[in-house]
Amino acid sequence: MNAAGNLVALHTIVRREIVRIMRIWTQTLIPPAITMTLYFVIFGKLIGSRIGEMHGFTYMQYIVPGLVMMSIITNSYGNISSSFFGAKFSRAVEEMLVSPMPNWVMLLGYVIGAVTRGLVVGALVLLIALFFTDLHVAHPVITFLSVLLGATVFSLAGFVNAVFAKKFDDIALVPTFVLTPLTYLGGVFYSVDLLGQPWRSISMVNPILYMVNAFRYGVLGVSDVQIGVAFAVMLVFVIGLAAVALHLLKRGVGMRS
Amino acid sequence: MNGAVWEATYNRRLAPSVQPMSPSSTPALVVDNLRKTYSNGVEALKGISLTVQPGDFFALLGPNGAGKSTLIGILSSLVNATSGDAQIFGVSVNKQRGKAMQLIGLVPQEINFNQFEKPFDICVNEAGFYGIPRKIAAERAEKYLKELRLWDKAQHQARMLSGGMKRRLMIARAMMNEPKLLILDEPTAGVDIEIRRSMWQFVSGINAAGTTVILTTHYLEEAETLCRNIAIIDHGTIVENTSMKRLLSSLDVETFVLDVNHLPAELPSIHGISLRRVDDHTVEAEMSRSHDLNSLFAGLSERGVTVTSMRNKTNRLEELFVRLVEHGRQDQGRKDTSEKAA
Repeated sequence: MNAAGNLVALHTIVRREIVRIMRIWTQTLIPPAITMTLYFVIFGKLIGSRIGEMHGFTYMQYIVPGLVMMSIITNSYGNISSSFFGAKFSRAVEEMLVSPMPNWVMLLGYVIGAVTRGLVVGALVLLIALFFTDLHVAHPVITFLSVLLGATVFSLAGFVNAVFAKKFDDIALVPTFVLTPLTYLGGVFYSVDLLGQPWRSISMVNPILYMVNAFRYGVLGVSDVQIGVAFAVMLVFVIGLAAVALHLLKRGVGMRS
Repeated sequence: MNGAVWEATYNRRLAPSVQPMSPSSTPALVVDNLRKTYSNGVEALKGISLTVQPGDFFALLGPNGAGKSTLIGILSSLVNATSGDAQIFGVSVNKQRGKAMQLIGLVPQEINFNQFEKPFDICVNEAGFYGIPRKIAAERAEKYLKELRLWDKAQHQARMLSGGMKRRLMIARAMMNEPKLLILDEPTAGVDIEIRRSMWQFVSGINAAGTTVILTTHYLEEAETLCRNIAIIDHGTIVENTSMKRLLSSLDVETFVLDVNHLPAELPSIHGISLRRVDDHTVEAEMSRSHDLNSLFAGLSERGVTVTSMRNKTNRLEELFVRLVEHGRQDQGRKDTSEKAA
C-alpha cells in the first residue's frame, strides 16, 4: 500500500480504538478517576497532612505527578492489552492480518489509541488533583514529552503481552504481579532519597522511577534522577519494545499458524 | 494529498474490479507444490498444485480435516506455508504479500468480526484496512449491505444478527475491496435454504461480473449447481481436479429409490440391475447409466410389483465425492500396510 493508503488504514485503527474507549467509558475513563480521587483524599489529605513537606512541596503536591503518571501507565497498558487480545480472542484480528496493511501501521494505530486513553485519563486525574491542591507546570515541554514517552513505553509493553496471551488471565497477570509493584516502588509516593542502600540502587533499575521523575520534573521542577538519563531510558524502552512487537507481528506469533 | 484528490486518484487506479473483465492469460490462482506441516507434526498439505483460471467459479471440496482451510489460510496469509508458493493473478503471496492481499476477498468459515460493532462500521473499517478512503468505503458498505439485504440492520450491534445474517455480513465485508478473487470457505453452513439461495444469487452475480470465485462447501448440490471446475482434496493431496461436467459424466452408476405397493419375499432378478430391499414398500435399484429404465419396470411388473414413485438416492456429485474419497483412503491404507511390511 502507498503512503496515502497507509494513512487511511492508520486513521481507521485509531478511530476504531477511540470509538471503543468512548463506547465503554464507564470502564475506561471513570474507574481510574474514582481510584485516583480516593488516593488524593486518603494519601494526600488525610495522611499527607501529617507527613509534611517533601523537596519543598506539600505531600499532596509531591504525589500528584506520580499518581497522574501511574494512571497514564496503567491505562495505556490496559487499553492495548485488552483491545488487542480481545481482537485475537474474537478472531477479529484476522480482518487486519488478511489486509495489505503493513505491520507497523497496525502497531502504530493500536499504540496511538492506547496513548490517547492514557493522556485522557491523565488529564482527568490532573483536573481532579486541582480540587485538592494548586499546581503550576514548571516545564511544559518536558511534561508533555514525559507523558507521551511513558504512555508509549507501556502501550508497547501491553501489546507484547497481548501477543503472547492465550487467555484473558494472561493479560491480568503482568499488571498484577509486575506493573503494580513496579509503580508503587517507582517513587510515586516517596523520594528515593529516603531509601537506604541497597534499596536505592535497586530502585534505579525500575524504569517507572525514571518516568515518574521525568514527569515530576516537568510539573514541579524536582527529580530524583537526571532528566537526560530519564529520557534516554524511556527512548531505549520505546525502541526496544517496538522492535520486539514488530518482530512478533512479522513472525505472526500467536496469530498466524 | 488532500482527501478529494486522493479519492479521485484512488478511483482511477483501483476502479471496482466487479466490472466485466477482459480476457486475461494470467491465471487467477496458481498453487505450486504447497506444503504445510504444523508444529505438532500434522502434515496438512503434501505438496499440492492447482490452477484456477480468471472468471472461474471453482469448487474446492474435501472431507473435514482434508486441508481445505489450511490451503485457504495460506492463500490469505493467515497460515505460513512450510514450502511452495501461491500466486494470485501472478503476484506471489510469499514475496509480495501486501500486493497479493489487495486482490483477495475472504469469507472465512468462522465468524471473525467484533460482535459489538455495527455491520456498517465493520464494512467501513475493513475497507480502511485496505487503504480505501472513508467516503468510498461508506458508499460501498451501503451498496453491499443493501444487496445482501442487511441495510436495515446496518446500525444494530452485529451480535444481534441471526446466523445467516452474520454470514451475509462476512460476504459484504469481503466485497469492500472489490476483490478479483473471492474465496468463500463454507459460506452457507447452517443457513436456511431461502437465505442460501439468495447468497448463491449474489455470488453468481459477482462471478458473472468477472470476479473469480473459489468455494468450499459441504452442500454438494451447491457446488454442482454453481461451479464450473472442481478440485477434491483429501489427506492433503488433490485426488481429483477437472471440470464439473467431465467429473459428473464419469459417474457410470446410478442408484434409484423406488416406492412400491408391496415387495415379494424374493426379489426379482433383472439383468444388469442390482436390487436391494429397504423395507416391504421400498427397494433400491443400482444400475449402469447406459441401462434403460424400461427393463427395471418390466422386471418388477412381471412379479406384480407396482412402482408408485421413484427418486435418485443421492446427488450425483455426492456419489462421486464419496467414491473418490473412499478410493483415496483405500489406496492410502494399502500404501501404509506395504510400508509397514517393508
